[in-house]
Amino acid sequence: MTPNPITRRFADLRARNRRALVCYLTAGHPDEDRSIELLRGVAAAGADIIEVGIPFSDPLADGPVIQASSQQALAQGMTFDRALALIAKAGVTVPVIIFSYLNPLLAAGPDALKRAAAAGASGVLVTDLPVGADPPREAWLGDSRLAFIRLVAPTTPSDRMAEIAHHGSGFVYLISRLGVTGARAELPPELPDTVARLRAATTLPICVGFGIARPEHAASVARVADGVVVGSALVEAAGRSVDDAIAFTSGIRHGLDATL
Amino acid sequence: MTTLAHRDRFGIFGGRYVPETLIPALDELDEALDAALRDPAFTAEFDDLLRNYVGRPSPLSTAPHFSTRVAAPVYLKREDLNHTGAHKINNTIGQALLARRMGKRRIIAETGAGQHGVATATICARFGLECVVYMGEEDMRRQELNVFRMRLMGAKVVPVLSGTRTLKDATTEAIRDWVTTVNSSHYIIGSVVGPAPYPRMVKEFQSVIGREARAQMLERAGRLPRTVVACVGGGSNAMGIFTGFVDDPDVELVGVEAAGEGLDSGRHSASLARGTPGVLHGAYSYLLQDAAGQVHPAHSISAGLDYPGVGPEHSNLKDSGRATYVAVSDAEALAGFQLLSRCEGIVPALETAHAIAWVDNQAGRWAADEPVLICISGRGDKDVAQVSALGVAGA
Ligand SMILES: Cc1ncc(COP(=O)(O)O)c(C=O)c1O
Repeated sequence: MTPNPITRRFADLRARNRRALVCYLTAGHPDEDRSIELLRGVAAAGADIIEVGIPFSDPLADGPVIQASSQQALAQGMTFDRALALIAKAGVTVPVIIFSYLNPLLAAGPDALKRAAAAGASGVLVTDLPVGADPPREAWLGDSRLAFIRLVAPTTPSDRMAEIAHHGSGFVYLISRLGVTGARAELPPELPDTVARLRAATTLPICVGFGIARPEHAASVARVADGVVVGSALVEAAGRSVDDAIAFTSGIRHGLDATL
Repeated sequence: MTTLAHRDRFGIFGGRYVPETLIPALDELDEALDAALRDPAFTAEFDDLLRNYVGRPSPLSTAPHFSTRVAAPVYLKREDLNHTGAHKINNTIGQALLARRMGKRRIIAETGAGQHGVATATICARFGLECVVYMGEEDMRRQELNVFRMRLMGAKVVPVLSGTRTLKDATTEAIRDWVTTVNSSHYIIGSVVGPAPYPRMVKEFQSVIGREARAQMLERAGRLPRTVVACVGGGSNAMGIFTGFVDDPDVELVGVEAAGEGLDSGRHSASLARGTPGVLHGAYSYLLQDAAGQVHPAHSISAGLDYPGVGPEHSNLKDSGRATYVAVSDAEALAGFQLLSRCEGIVPALETAHAIAWVDNQAGRWAADEPVLICISGRGDKDVAQVSALGVAGA
C-alpha cells in the first residue's frame, strides 16, 4: 500500500528541512467559483495541505469569521457532496483534508468517506469527535483510506496526548490556545512547552493552529513544530478577494521559510 | 482508552461530542459530581437550600374545575411556587454547589425563557459568583421581565445576534465562552441536554420533583397517577418528574412538545415527533435537521420550548416506548394558558400551558378514578406582557 499523500508530504518536507503550511478554506465561500479559484491559488502560493471546511449551521468551535463564511456558503446551498465536487474540479496536487463537524458527515451517509477519497481527499478531521467519544464512529473514520487527523488542546493531559496520537494518523493538530478559531495578535507564551509535551507523546508530525495570522507567528511556530494551520485570517482575506488570499498565503509561506 | 461510561449512553443516544479542549473539564465535572453525591455534607447543603431557600417541597394541588372538565382527578405538581418561579432553580443550586467545590468562581449560562438565566443569576448572587448569561435577542424581547430580573441580581446578560437569535444560538455562544474560559468558569446548562455528564447531572438535580410527587400522590390520592404529563423543551422538568415513576410500569409518561404553527408547517419545536437523530451541542439525540445534517430553526410561542434538540434520555424513552411524546400548537397552548388561569386561579408559564392543553384535549381518555399528574414547571408572570400583546388574555 502506498503511504497516504499527507504522510508523503511530511516526509518530503522533512527531507528539505521545511515546515508545512496548512491552509483552511470554507467550501463554497465566498461562492463556488471563487472557492475553486481559492483552492488553486492557495496551492500555487505555497500551501502544502488544504483543509476544506464543510459548512455547518452551528459551528461551536469557530469564531465569527468562520461562522460567517459558513453561513454564506450554506445560504448558497453548499453541501458535503457539492464540496467534494468542488475539490474534484479544483484538482489541486497538494493533499486535501475534509474538515467537518460530525453531524453533516453523519448525514452524508456510511459511504461518505469513500466518496471523499474518490473526489481526491486524503484526510479527514472532525472538530467535535474527541478520542473515546464514540468508538464505532471513530473506527469508521480510522479504518477509511483517509488519514484521520486528531486534535490536541492546551488543556489535554500528557497521557491523553499519547492516546490521541495513537488513534490518529497523518499529523496531530495542536490547538494553540483555549477558545474558538479566530486571528490573534500574539501567540500564547506556553505554546513551546505544550508542543514539547506533545512531542514526547508522539512521533507524528505536529501542526499548530488557532490564531495564526501573521508571518511572524508562522516563523515562531516553525522553530518548534512541523507546520502551521491558518484559518480565520485566510478566510477573512478570501472574503475580500482571491488575490488577497493568495498574497496572505505567500506572506505566511515566507514567514515559515525565513527562519530555516 | 477513555471511553464513555455506559451510564452516559441512553441506548444509542447521548455522548460527548465537543471540542477536545473541553474534555478535561467534563472529566473533572464528572468526578466532582460523583464525589459530591457520595458526600453527605453536599447532599445536606443541597437539601437545606431546596427547603429553606427554594421553599421545597413544592405543593401538590388538586384542580377541581379542571378535573370536572376532563372527567378525571387532576393533580398539579407546583414547581411554579419555587423561588424564582420555575423548576430551573433545583438544577442551578446543585450545579452552583458543584462549581464552588471545583473552585470555579465564574458561571456561564444560556437561557431561552429567561427562567434558567434568572435561576442562575439568583444562586450566583446568593453564593457571590460572577454570572454571565447568553440570551438570544429575540428572547430578550419576548422575556423582557426576566432580563430585568437577571440584571437586577447582578448578572451580565449578553445578547446573541447569530442564527435564529433564540435558545439554540444562546447555547452555542455559551459553549464558545466556556471553551475560552474553561479553567476558571463552570457552564451551568439549563436542561438535560449537552455533553455527558450534563444530561445525567441535571436529571439528578431535578429528580426531587418526581420523588416528592410520587410520595405526595400516594399520600393524597392513595395511589399512583395513571398518567404523568410534562412539557418538553430540553426536557428537564419532564425528566425530573418522570424519574419518580419510570420504574412503575402502570404509570404512563407523556411529554408534550411544541407544535408551533403545526407539525406540518415546518415551524415547530417537536424534535421527538418530527426530528431525526443527530448531533447538536455535544449529544446524539433527536434533532430538527435537513437531509444534509444542517440544524433546522425551531419555532414556538414559548421561548423555553423553542429549541431544535432534546435531551438524549428522552430520545431513548421514545424509542424504547417507555414514554410517549405528543405535540401541542401555539394556539392550543394559549388556550391552555387561559384555561388554567380561569378555572384554577393559577397562571402557568407558556411552556407549561402546552401540558395543560394536551390534558384538556384528551378529556374522556381516563376513567373517573384514574389520576392525572401534571408538572406545573413554572408560572406565567414572565409571559403576561407577551400574551396581552397578542390580544388574547383579556378576551
Ligand atoms: C417554566 C418552564 N417550563 C419548561 C421549560 C422547558 O425546559 P425543560 O424542558 O428543560 O423543562 C422552561 C425553559 O425555559 C421553563 O421556563
